[in-house]
Amino acid sequence: MEVYLLQLFNGLSISSILLLVALGLAITFGLMKVINMAHGELIMIGAYSTYLTQNLFNDYLPESMFDWYFVLAVPASFVIAFIFGLILEMSLIRFLYGRPLDSLLATWGVGLVLQQLARSIFGAPNVAVTSPSWLDGGMKIMDGTLLPYKRLFIIALVIACLVSMYFYIYRSHEGRRMRAVMQNRDMAACLGVSTRRVDAMTFAIGSGIAGVAGCALTLLGPIGPSLGTYYIVDAFMVVVLGGVGKLVGTVLGATGIGMFNTLFEYWTNASLGKVLVFVCIVAFLQWKPMGLVAMRTRSLD
Amino acid sequence: MRLQKLTPQRLWILLGYTAAAAALFSAPLFVSDFRLNLLAKFLAFAIVALGLDLIWGYTGILSLGHGIFFGLGAYAMAMYLKLEASGGKPPDFMGWSGLKELPLFWQPFQHFGFAVVMGIAIPALLALVLGYFTFRNRIRGVYFTILTQALVIITTTLLVGQQAFTGGTNGVTGYSSLLGFSLGSPDTKRALYLITVVVLISIFVLCRFVIGSRFGKVLRAIRDGENRVRFIGYNPATYQMVVFTLSAAIAGLAGMLFVLHVGIISPSMLGIVPSIEMVLWVAIGGRGTLIGAALGAILMNWAKSEFSTAYPEGWLFFMGALFVVVVVFMPKGVAGLVGQLKFRRKRREPEHERVRNPAV
Repeated sequence: MEVYLLQLFNGLSISSILLLVALGLAITFGLMKVINMAHGELIMIGAYSTYLTQNLFNDYLPESMFDWYFVLAVPASFVIAFIFGLILEMSLIRFLYGRPLDSLLATWGVGLVLQQLARSIFGAPNVAVTSPSWLDGGMKIMDGTLLPYKRLFIIALVIACLVSMYFYIYRSHEGRRMRAVMQNRDMAACLGVSTRRVDAMTFAIGSGIAGVAGCALTLLGPIGPSLGTYYIVDAFMVVVLGGVGKLVGTVLGATGIGMFNTLFEYWTNASLGKVLVFVCIVAFLQWKPMGLVAMRTRSLD
Repeated sequence: MRLQKLTPQRLWILLGYTAAAAALFSAPLFVSDFRLNLLAKFLAFAIVALGLDLIWGYTGILSLGHGIFFGLGAYAMAMYLKLEASGGKPPDFMGWSGLKELPLFWQPFQHFGFAVVMGIAIPALLALVLGYFTFRNRIRGVYFTILTQALVIITTTLLVGQQAFTGGTNGVTGYSSLLGFSLGSPDTKRALYLITVVVLISIFVLCRFVIGSRFGKVLRAIRDGENRVRFIGYNPATYQMVVFTLSAAIAGLAGMLFVLHVGIISPSMLGIVPSIEMVLWVAIGGRGTLIGAALGAILMNWAKSEFSTAYPEGWLFFMGALFVVVVVFMPKGVAGLVGQLKFRRKRREPEHERVRNPAV
């Protein structure tokens, strides 16, 4: 019983991280049909922002304040990754609309440069981020089953991101414009929506969420320049499985992959588990080639 | 391919190809053994680039999984070489993992012929299976690309994870001879180089033939407008499957040659980064021109071997910037630039014949 509960929690934890990583990806891909391979590096930027915030607190503030650096680190990571995303969109991505495969290659190049930049600035070895003391320990639900606060915190963070994304997309004017562009770009432009601004804003928000994901990842282990590459392909699988254009698809995709990954890894081993998940995804796409939740459209492509 | 009239321009191109072939064949005469070995490795990469160009440049399918097909060919050859080195006994790394007997699937690899056939057949079969389950459902474009990348991840994890059978992270190395010829001797190396040149030229001719044929025309039509092709009555999925399989087989062949020249294969040589580098070669040389892809592979690898050891950091910056520059400013690569210069006045493509979204 305890084992199953623990596995369930592990699955939920992995799903939440996947979701956080894939959320920004799903938005940019769904809206602009741009594959952002540098997304992993935006995660890395978020993680290093957290690291820098920690160092600033260490150096300039009294020790009693140190525990609260994380409260500042989350918005800081968001803002810094947001700015990077905005710059990236304005200088490169906007020239690549309508060429998804080209955007994939170009952003891969950007990712390579950013990784190398991080290596030059912070050094190749991983750096450790001390997590605040109020996240140490865990919630004891029964004997031998401890749910670490860090993972619970990440789940809460994901839910917070999800809820704010929901309100942004479905309950705000900007979100309405965004959905309009997503559904029919030309018509939205004709009706006076500045698609340029919507694109830039959406891309930047997607990047900002990647930054938050990076911030969350610092809780789980040391961070390094190639932090993002571990997660990027899994995150893309979430997008492929979940379908684009709707938040609920991404949520279901992330939960599915996270849960099955844990399940298969528990039954077999880590490497075979990944193979099984891949086979399941390809098999699933036989049934629904557009993913779990596809936006209805009458256009052919 | 129809025989076409020999215009002066064609004559020059033909002369150029002949000169290039002659230069390749005579290279052992005036290049040191070390350089020759490097060149042989680059030529093996050029073969992969040809196969990759066939699907990317001509059919519009971007595969980020060609490292795997390349690697599977390489592993097939490595298994044969390893068994020849150990005289049919279980190789050393199996002993380290506590494996006493040769696993069943290793045993037929004692025969050279079987290894060669498998080195082509396994990648081809894997490509066929993946192609069947994706193209049939019209999973294409970016979705397909992401799936190929996931294939890379799981194959490398599998290779690393099943250490007893695959040698794990270290890969398979430590060979002595091929069919009784010592791999270390300069004569064998020279012979292997010449074999690589012959294979490269044959594959080049084969690709030319495929592209010139009716089949090749349909491929280009699929690249430019898949749905139109479908409405005319062709089934694009079949064509995509066939060309993807062919491309994987070519990559497998190149992998086998690569192992013979380099003497080691490990999971890091077929991971995500090498796979995407292969795409870069084609992009730089010029997708949609075979000679561009092959030259791109050779030039990029030459530049890498020259600069990456001296300036490892600068090289990565350079490569990243190259991705961006090539995609944004010269989508047809160096070959496209040359073509632009040469034919600017002679022939201007009518607007409606131009490919609008070359990679979609």
